[in-house]
Amino acid sequence: MELKDALIQYSLRIADSSLILGQRMAEWCSNGPTLEEDIALSNISLDLFGQSRMLLSYAADLKGNDESEDTLAFHRNEREYFNCLITELPNGHFGDTIVRNFFFDAYCYHLYNALKESKDETLAAFGEKSLKEVTYHLRHNSEWIIRLANGTEESINKIKQSVIDIWPYTGDMFAMDEVDELLIEKSIAIDLNTIKSKWNNTIKEVFERANLEVPSIDVYMQTGSLKGIHTEHLGHMLGEMQYIPRAYPNMEW
Amino acid sequence: MREEDNILSILNSIPDPEIPAISIVELGVVKNISLENSLLTITITPTYSGCPAVDRFVADIKERLTEEGYNNIDIKFQYSPAWTTDWISDEAKKKLRAYGIAPPVNGTADKGSLFSGGPKVVNCPQCNSENTTLVSQFGSTACKAFYTCDDCKEPFDYFKCI
Repeated sequence: MELKDALIQYSLRIADSSLILGQRMAEWCSNGPTLEEDIALSNISLDLFGQSRMLLSYAADLKGNDESEDTLAFHRNEREYFNCLITELPNGHFGDTIVRNFFFDAYCYHLYNALKESKDETLAAFGEKSLKEVTYHLRHNSEWIIRLANGTEESINKIKQSVIDIWPYTGDMFAMDEVDELLIEKSIAIDLNTIKSKWNNTIKEVFERANLEVPSIDVYMQTGSLKGIHTEHLGHMLGEMQYIPRAYPNMEW
Repeated sequence: MREEDNILSILNSIPDPEIPAISIVELGVVKNISLENSLLTITITPTYSGCPAVDRFVADIKERLTEEGYNNIDIKFQYSPAWTTDWISDEAKKKLRAYGIAPPVNGTADKGSLFSGGPKVVNCPQCNSENTTLVSQFGSTACKAFYTCDDCKEPFDYFKCI
């Protein structure tokens, strides 16, 4: 594998996760449980879209030809998307969204913190910039985990179920292949094994405050995102997200 | 006056699209101005990566500079060093407060670990009371948090630290 191809693939994986979760968060817009929370969820969506654009344009530049951030976002099918599976899971109820985002934010927090030191300038700048935003997202979702898990009987039962339901999608975030190997060797990519223990500590720290049990790591974990194999949910989401640019190609916004 | 200084003062007349009380220069998003032959390159950095005002920055800069007779303008983005509220000048912080937005408090030091940093005092921009409550870390724009004053009861925006 050529270095350039690995770099494109690595950038797409990170960019796609931000884009897909950003789209999920946009679905909350006008549906939030309170006005303040609606604004928060939409703000998080906006940050994620911005982060995604940085790396989609980078991947587009590397690919050359007529690729752009828009062609990459709107003209790829689900098998050409490489976002972590957890980011495409439906919003469910508010607790499901909070748990899904908490697991993913904690991952991004540690990944971007490490990515700041990448030998690739664009990835390092992306890590530095995105870390500031993700820190606020992680804090926001951590506070909600603690609040819901110490709330009413209903909120406690719901959040416990959300953790059980979403946990099997966390393993996919740490999967690596030859793309990672090649780039880790060049000090460009981050060895996700080093992120995993930090991620575990963050989950433990928040769950202790929430009186929640961290599920066993031995459960069967879903995988596939590295090869573009997704849950059934992604296709439906792309159908909605990509409809306008596909129905009206080359339309000026 | 150097021509770059002249360009800087033109840019300093462009208000932030979302917070018109301060200019884009005072906000700290203009990072570099270079004029080579006839090509004028302006380097800017976004406040938040998804800030929708960024496209307005670009359009406004082009429009103002074109009015001033510059036709060959290139606008570049720079992400590192990442924008920080530390770049907002003291003068601009005063303007923010006068406009009704509480300016960022004591730099970026509050972003250590998840629960560190403790509560910090954000004074109400209306009555200057220290008796204020954080309602949400996410406010009317990406860069602001939402507070309420417990004395004068006014809700207000706080320019949060990043």
